[in-house]
Amino acid sequence: MSFTWISSYWPLLLTGAWQTVSLLVISVVFGFVLAIGLAFAQVSGGRLTRLAARGYCTFFRGTPLLIQLWLLYYGVGSLLPMIPGIRQSLFWPILREGFFFASVSFTLNYAAYEAEVLRGALLAVPKGELEAGQAFGLSPWKLTRRIWLPRAIRIALPTIAGEIVMQLKATPLAFTVTVMDLYAVANKVRQDTLLVYEPLLVVTLFYLALTAVIARVFRGLEAQVPVRR
Amino acid sequence: MATAQQGILGLLSPYPPGWGGVLLTGAVSTVAISACALAIGLLLGTGGALGKLSGNRVLRLLLDVYTTVIRAVPELILIVGLYYAGTDGLNRLLAALDLPPVEVNGFVAAVAVLGFVQGAYMTEVLRGAILAIPIGQIEAAKAFGMGPVLRFRRILLPALLPNALPGLANLWMSVTKDSALVAVVGYQELALATRLAGASTKHYFVFFLASALLYLAITLASNVVFKLIEGRVRRGQPRLA
Repeated sequence: MSFTWISSYWPLLLTGAWQTVSLLVISVVFGFVLAIGLAFAQVSGGRLTRLAARGYCTFFRGTPLLIQLWLLYYGVGSLLPMIPGIRQSLFWPILREGFFFASVSFTLNYAAYEAEVLRGALLAVPKGELEAGQAFGLSPWKLTRRIWLPRAIRIALPTIAGEIVMQLKATPLAFTVTVMDLYAVANKVRQDTLLVYEPLLVVTLFYLALTAVIARVFRGLEAQVPVRR
Repeated sequence: MATAQQGILGLLSPYPPGWGGVLLTGAVSTVAISACALAIGLLLGTGGALGKLSGNRVLRLLLDVYTTVIRAVPELILIVGLYYAGTDGLNRLLAALDLPPVEVNGFVAAVAVLGFVQGAYMTEVLRGAILAIPIGQIEAAKAFGMGPVLRFRRILLPALLPNALPGLANLWMSVTKDSALVAVVGYQELALATRLAGASTKHYFVFFLASALLYLAITLASNVVFKLIEGRVRRGQPRLA
């Protein structure tokens, strides 16, 4: 075991950690917004929206994230340049980056799993609380915004923490599409120094620390509202 | 449009120059890897669950480390790490015994690594399933004078199956999807076959979509199978307690 390489690689490790964390935050934040829409589409949508949301969740939960990522990066990525004018547009520097494709596919994937969690939580909100809101004359929109959704998110909080940790554990896949995330840095250290276990160990410790942080944050969030047991 | 359609069908045809055959072979090896990994996981998990419940403190501590570490570390890191550590360790062992080094077969390595990972998850699923069995049933079996083996076979196993089945189904789904990660260490299953097909024809989109649909088909078919098995192991049980 030798860890002398850290002294020369720590800037790279920091960039990698930053990339990993940004991938996680981007996919969780945007995915959560998308998941709220998908969950409501399944719970209170019409037949067609319900079917579409169901199909979305089935597809993204039924196929490996790696395939979704490659479908987007290699598949859509190879079709994109065919759109006329896109190479000249100001989005092109973003659109050709692996990071962009990784964020999009992680977001879509996270949304599918989170939508299932939220769907269950929306259905688990006690009916009496919604009826109380209606009795107070809240409009359906206000009822959803003030009571139904916040209550559902509270119910789902422990599961959401689990889903975020799962998402964190999926981020190393981004290295397969040239994103320089933490795992990719470990890979590079291996190629440069021929050390196999040490970089993996350091990276693993970082993931464990991040998991602990997520767990701590959610414990704090859950403690926000007193629950009578 | 007609020619484009023909072109895509030609690409996916099961006979060369079409790549359909390669994809289907990849899908078969994906299912084979997953099934073998699940079987190994079941063995490890049964041992792990019984070990955790046995009351031996050292054993329980070791198993706690196993399940915690495996479940906390990203799958990709586990697979790559275990792949190197496993082949490296095996060759060192062989060198210590004065035997020539071996090239580890990709299939065996993939199955061993995924099975080891599955075992950790399986331990927890089975432990929960065993704990959910009413203690009276086991005490009754003891009172009848059944030995541990007979008790496991006749009482514990049939009683834990309905409890464990949803968890097992989830694990099967995740191992079929995790097996795609084996592509990263270079064993040719569906994901890597797709990438090869895409790289040599430049029709990435078609092939990745096709393989996503193949994975989806595996998932949906397994759903049906698990529903049938669940109906079988739950026979005679009330639908709702």
